[in-house]
Amino acid sequence: MSANLEKAFHNEPAAKIKSKKESSIYRFFANLFRSWTGTLGFIIILGLLFISIFGPWITPYDPLYADFSKKLLPPMTDGHLLGTDQLGRDILSRIIVGARVSVIIGVLTVVIAGIFGTVVGIISGYFRGWVDVVLMRIVDVQLSFPFILLVLVINAIIGAGLRNIIISLAIGGWVIFARMIRSEVLALREKEFITACVATGVSRFEILFRHILPNLFTPLIILASLQIGTFIIAEASVSFLGFGVQPPEPAWGNMLNEGKDYIFSSWWLITFPGIAIIIAALGVNLFGDWLRDTLDPELKGE
Amino acid sequence: MKQKVLLSVNNLKKYYDIPQGLFKEKIIVKAVDDISFTITKGETFALVGESGCGKSTTGRTILKLTEPTGGRIIFDGNDIAALPYKKMRTLRNRMQMVFQDPYASLNPKKTVREILTEPLRVHKKFDHDTRLKKVKSMLEIVGLSEYHLDRYPHEFSGGQRQRIGIARAVILQPDFIIADEPVSALDVSVQSQVINLMLELQKEFELTYLFISHDLSVIQHMTDRVAVMYLGKIVEIAKTEDLFTNPKHPYTKALLSAVPITHPKEKKERIILKGDVPSPANPPSGCTFHPRCPAALDICKTQAPKTSEHGNSHSVSCHLYNKIEEEIPHAISHS
Repeated sequence: MSANLEKAFHNEPAAKIKSKKESSIYRFFANLFRSWTGTLGFIIILGLLFISIFGPWITPYDPLYADFSKKLLPPMTDGHLLGTDQLGRDILSRIIVGARVSVIIGVLTVVIAGIFGTVVGIISGYFRGWVDVVLMRIVDVQLSFPFILLVLVINAIIGAGLRNIIISLAIGGWVIFARMIRSEVLALREKEFITACVATGVSRFEILFRHILPNLFTPLIILASLQIGTFIIAEASVSFLGFGVQPPEPAWGNMLNEGKDYIFSSWWLITFPGIAIIIAALGVNLFGDWLRDTLDPELKGE
Repeated sequence: MKQKVLLSVNNLKKYYDIPQGLFKEKIIVKAVDDISFTITKGETFALVGESGCGKSTTGRTILKLTEPTGGRIIFDGNDIAALPYKKMRTLRNRMQMVFQDPYASLNPKKTVREILTEPLRVHKKFDHDTRLKKVKSMLEIVGLSEYHLDRYPHEFSGGQRQRIGIARAVILQPDFIIADEPVSALDVSVQSQVINLMLELQKEFELTYLFISHDLSVIQHMTDRVAVMYLGKIVEIAKTEDLFTNPKHPYTKALLSAVPITHPKEKKERIILKGDVPSPANPPSGCTFHPRCPAALDICKTQAPKTSEHGNSHSVSCHLYNKIEEEIPHAISHS
């Protein structure tokens, strides 16, 4: 090596070698705890996950057990923290068990809609041409329908139930993913590092999977976390309208539906599931907002 | 001494269509308009010109990063312009590129290890262990070191990033590297380091460079021959020394007069051109330089000049030199 190169070499500051994984997890939490909204969202999500996994074991009562002698008990009476409903079932237990429905639907719909939307978005954005035109017109047509209306129509066709509501919500929700991923891919494919890949001789397939896909991860995570909240609310709306999870199986949406007849006499029937929905959606959104704020600057190159 | 021609570009054209809406005629921008030059093995050939004159487009078209509109690009016997995508891919291990912006040309999600292994992997060179060894030694050669392997591009400075970019281009040991303004995004103090690195790599790996730049001092320092571009056309090609001491085209003269003087007592006549560079979408008639040329003749407005040779492989596209050579150069220097 020549003198010049040697000099350049020794100018480098000595670097500490840190374990990559350790430092990135540490940075994640250090960053998270700096924002109280993000922390709050994170805690709510953790709580939600805990309840939906261990729900059946931590409920104070059987959520399906009806005791007519104890119907419509107000909160804090007779050992029922949040009261009982019109059939004498414990509301707290039903909310805890209902959390699982919301989480399953929120996560599964996002996964299904996300995968489908991402595939469509990538095909559209990367290959362009007439495929892009056709796919995006389909997206346009679908976006011109109100989301809830579309979901209800699909549900009316394929029927109610947990599986069908996931299908209908995914069909209603994939377009947002397709649109966003397409625009992201369009921006990425013009980036100079992609041109550099072409110049190196990387195949189109490899450019897509090794270079474009990893760069889509961040926007996907952000959109997915924000969409979970939307889907939880949508599920509640659809269940409220009677298309979702069928009684007596508890879900926050159908608890609202059953409770609405008693809104003037027994407010707790509708209030507590409503609060549960708000907290879940809020938590997911707070966390999603924080994620976007933290990850987006990194997205822009640095 | 006749050396082997590595790359010859013949009548290369790259036009861009700009649609103006449904009922208007589309505008054709002639980014590169009918240029020809050859590069012999081992030399450093420079393309110089103002921004927007088509020098980067030329570089990208030669590597087929954009499709040429017309003309032939012959690289060691292969006509690149006609080569299908897949065959071109295999040829790419012999021709590489260093990009202008070291902040944009490295994938932010990839470590240095992945960035440098990729060219070897793509072209199926060596086994896994040998690749790693190659990557490590390449890092050392460009002045980085082994502990940088698992870092991401954003952890490096601009100069270091450009070293990574250069390492990526050189690791396949190509014959030919196009360097598209490799130092213009860098700090002046880092520029010289990177240029010296490129010169050393050239010696070590017998590289041929096409060096695209607008920085005349860099060009004077490191290139063997220069082509001056103006509005998508090459107006003058000469040996670097020849061009700097004896520029012929009025545009070249103006360009050289813009180089800052190196000594305060040095006297220099500054040729200031009138107006701006015209839009390549609507270039002037005849010689595209005529509206700004201090020595324009009547013929310049109507006829595009032919390229003429003036000894020592010095060629100029200017009407002034198509006539009797002796009179007119004299005329320009006083105009």
